[in-house]
Amino acid sequence: MQELFNIFVKSIFVDNMVFAYFLGMCSYLAVSKTVQTSVGLGLAVIFVLGITVPVDYLLNAYILKPGALVWLDAGFADVDLSFLSFILFIAIIASMVQLVEMVVEKFSPALYSSLGIFLPLIAVNCAILGGSLFMQEREYPSLAQATSFGLGSGVGWFLAIVGIAAIREKIRYSNVPAPLRGLGITFIITGLMGIAFMSFLGIKL
Amino acid sequence: MSTEKQEREPLFSAKNRKLLTNPLSTDNPITVQVLGICSALAVTAKLKPAFVMSLSVIAVIVFANLIISLLRNGIPPRIRIIVQLVVIASLVILVDQILKAFVFDVSKQLSVFVGLIITNCIIMGRLEAFAMGNKPWPSILDGIGNGLGYAWVLIAVGFVRELFGSGTLWGYSVIPETFYNFGYENNGFMILPPMALIIVGIIIWIQRARNPELVEEN
Repeated sequence: MQELFNIFVKSIFVDNMVFAYFLGMCSYLAVSKTVQTSVGLGLAVIFVLGITVPVDYLLNAYILKPGALVWLDAGFADVDLSFLSFILFIAIIASMVQLVEMVVEKFSPALYSSLGIFLPLIAVNCAILGGSLFMQEREYPSLAQATSFGLGSGVGWFLAIVGIAAIREKIRYSNVPAPLRGLGITFIITGLMGIAFMSFLGIKL
Repeated sequence: MSTEKQEREPLFSAKNRKLLTNPLSTDNPITVQVLGICSALAVTAKLKPAFVMSLSVIAVIVFANLIISLLRNGIPPRIRIIVQLVVIASLVILVDQILKAFVFDVSKQLSVFVGLIITNCIIMGRLEAFAMGNKPWPSILDGIGNGLGYAWVLIAVGFVRELFGSGTLWGYSVIPETFYNFGYENNGFMILPPMALIIVGIIIWIQRARNPELVEEN
């Protein structure tokens, strides 16, 4: 339990998707104009990461890893399918996003109308694929740990986009040099937020 | 109606040259279209990975543009995203295997970011915006142009960060020993991830200051 909580906190603050790895920057910059829409997108990302990382974990553990096919037949012990992981992960993500969209539309039209437009966007959000690839690279030993990593990364991304949206709403009233308006200042603010987040690096978990 | 005219169009007509040069400045994928930021920043702490990453992205974008442009009339619009993803993912697997075979150390440094070329919005964006509606040759040019536009920003950021952060370029020491004797220090801050964002912000600042029509409304 302790271990799971550590992974969760670490992936929110220390290994933050946006500030430490710059993942999901495209939608982070494009959708962070108001707090309301960024909350919607952030929730959708938590949701999708929380589903795709465990699913890709199972895929990796039972099909892709070197020797993963042993459960099928002992003769497959030296089969290594890991070169297929990109294409399978992206296929899982695209179909999961589609599935989530259909389920949400069926059971919660209210949530669908608030998340609706963002869900298809998420399939090409690099934070999602990045989550699965980091999970593969770090070799989490259990499904529960991979899940808590996925959820933590989602929460970290949520925090980052809501934070920048709040700052951008306020910065509209300040006198930014003309060439720096919009994109330029957003980059620099993100850099400064990243420096602030680096203070979490010292935490030993 | 104009097929005949287009066939006679020279390979490097003014229009085609524009496809190649616009993305380098006024239509730069990173600083103007805001595409492909994700991978652009994470690999720029040193010049060499930035260069390898740029080459990989150029290769993927050119071939993806070519393939999608050849297939564009046969792809049903409803499933085009999946088709595009499959084409890109297969190309990225090829690039990944080649990098692992020939430059293993750089491939380790790039870690997951090679895989993330798949979701690099430049590639999806160009396929969607250009290759789906244009002939193969202009699509190739568009791919090269956008790839180079991406590459120069990456290499510029990598250059600044490696020079000031480690005092080296391409792994070779360029700052003379005497500087250090007089108390010059490498700026360790440059190596840290947030500096990449700030440097790109400054590049955008310089570009827009010189080119006022790009300035955004607040």
